Amino acid sequence: MSVLDINKIRQDFPILDEKVNGRDLVYFDNAATTQKPFVVLEALANYYGHYNANIHRGIHFLAEKATSAFEDSRSAIQKFLNAAHKEEIIFTYGTTDGINLVAQTYGRKFLKEGDEIIISTLEHHSNIVPWQMLCEEKGCVLRVIPIDDKGDLILEAYEKMLSEKTKFVSVVHVSNALGTINDVKFIIDKAHEVGAKVLIDGAQASSHITIDVQTLDADFYAFSAHKLFGPTGMGVLYGKSDILNAMPPYRGGGEMIKEVTFEKTTYNELPYKFEAGTPNIADVVAVKFAIDYINDLGKENIAAYEDELLKYATEQLSEIGGLRIVGKAKEKVSVVSFVLNGIHPQDVGVILDQQGIAIRTGHHCTQPLMNRLGLPGTSRASFAVYNTTDEIDKLVAGIHKVKKMVL
Amino acid sequence: MTINEIQDEIIEEFELFDDWEGKYEYIIDLGKKLPKLSDEFKIEDNIIKGCQSIVWLHAYKQDGKLYFEADSEAIIVKGLVSMLVKVMTNHTPEEILKSDLYFIDKVGLASHLAQTRSNGLASMVKQMRSYAVAYQAKEN
Repeated sequence: MSVLDINKIRQDFPILDEKVNGRDLVYFDNAATTQKPFVVLEALANYYGHYNANIHRGIHFLAEKATSAFEDSRSAIQKFLNAAHKEEIIFTYGTTDGINLVAQTYGRKFLKEGDEIIISTLEHHSNIVPWQMLCEEKGCVLRVIPIDDKGDLILEAYEKMLSEKTKFVSVVHVSNALGTINDVKFIIDKAHEVGAKVLIDGAQASSHITIDVQTLDADFYAFSAHKLFGPTGMGVLYGKSDILNAMPPYRGGGEMIKEVTFEKTTYNELPYKFEAGTPNIADVVAVKFAIDYINDLGKENIAAYEDELLKYATEQLSEIGGLRIVGKAKEKVSVVSFVLNGIHPQDVGVILDQQGIAIRTGHHCTQPLMNRLGLPGTSRASFAVYNTTDEIDKLVAGIHKVKKMVL
Repeated sequence: MTINEIQDEIIEEFELFDDWEGKYEYIIDLGKKLPKLSDEFKIEDNIIKGCQSIVWLHAYKQDGKLYFEADSEAIIVKGLVSMLVKVMTNHTPEEILKSDLYFIDKVGLASHLAQTRSNGLASMVKQMRSYAVAYQAKEN
């Protein structure tokens, strides 16, 4: 039994009262984006309603209040990741944006022809394409860590891949399609032994796992606010300060400069060097409230409860005839991907939607992974702390209905 | 029958259903009944882009009229596609280009026409119309 009062938590999320096709909404698409608690919605309204101003250079009251709220978020995120320095927290538009920033600055400056970049079979397209673009431009070689049939990375193959040619490793902490939790500490340590830098794509991990970038010794860690009950269009890139300092700026514009003349521009210090233009102030301000919300519940409590949901869902779904769970990694977050014999995932999604149940179907932006698994796609149910076993029962009944209607 | 007469017939058929289950069972049934597209037409060029499931559309012209055949991996899409084919096939390019496909909305399936990435019905309609444009151009 969870120490959390799930019914009370559900009341914090207004969207859970919505009706979909005349039914109570069952929201199982949390790996795509999580819903937002009142505290986050109020923070957004409160910012725009009471202290909206452009930050950092204004000397008036509102500008100072907005700047201080904006920088409070940076401090909250520093603590959330246990980063050594506040200026190591760069605000981005999301995980994808953070990965592109690293590929386009660190990658373009420090990688050269023949250098090897390692990713894994589990990657989201966001952690494939930016590296492919870099490889195309610089003549680097992209190498891919294979997986076994359960969805775990084959780390022996990774170790064999590493050499003095390896200059960068970019892997996902938690697979969005299968839920696999990767041993990123091992991956980082091994990469460092050959002198490579490592980026961890934390999009799926940030809401489920306690992240300590110093213990992990990650060089970069990227995640998105919207997957941890925060607003969309706001993300974080953590980078070690010495590496960030050595990197050239990404986008040019206001805020990222120290001095501009028509002859030459000198750049601002961290983190502002990487934050050109007016940032997404409201969403940055609001993310602190999402993090406070998670901290109040306790990440360990959330993880323990989500594990209960995962275990229950795995047991219940396994009993459905013709259903095969895809992804049976040793360690997983609360994501269950599955296929039904003789039924296309899209049909599963459409009929469940008619019953008010939101899941995701398709390739989950991981086409190379689906190819490796020999599947056109899967149906994926992903759970958050506000979900219940009753809702999982509805999913099971819904899948029985899918079978009855289609087969 | 004209395009509108066929649409009206479909709308009438759907009036029999008062819940989503009946409606979707009917669509699934249409999907099951749609003749399988011959493998020679299941080629890359005939795949409609933008669908979550693969949809093939094959078109040909005979005696001044356009004919469509289609298939899909997913049964509901196949049923929807079957209705589109029924409405659009056996008409001149001019009739197809002039047509206003109101039946999808009237039978309560408008969400399937939505421009989301998971859904290819809108792309399918667009593709049918571009075949009509192409055949019209060839004639002139």
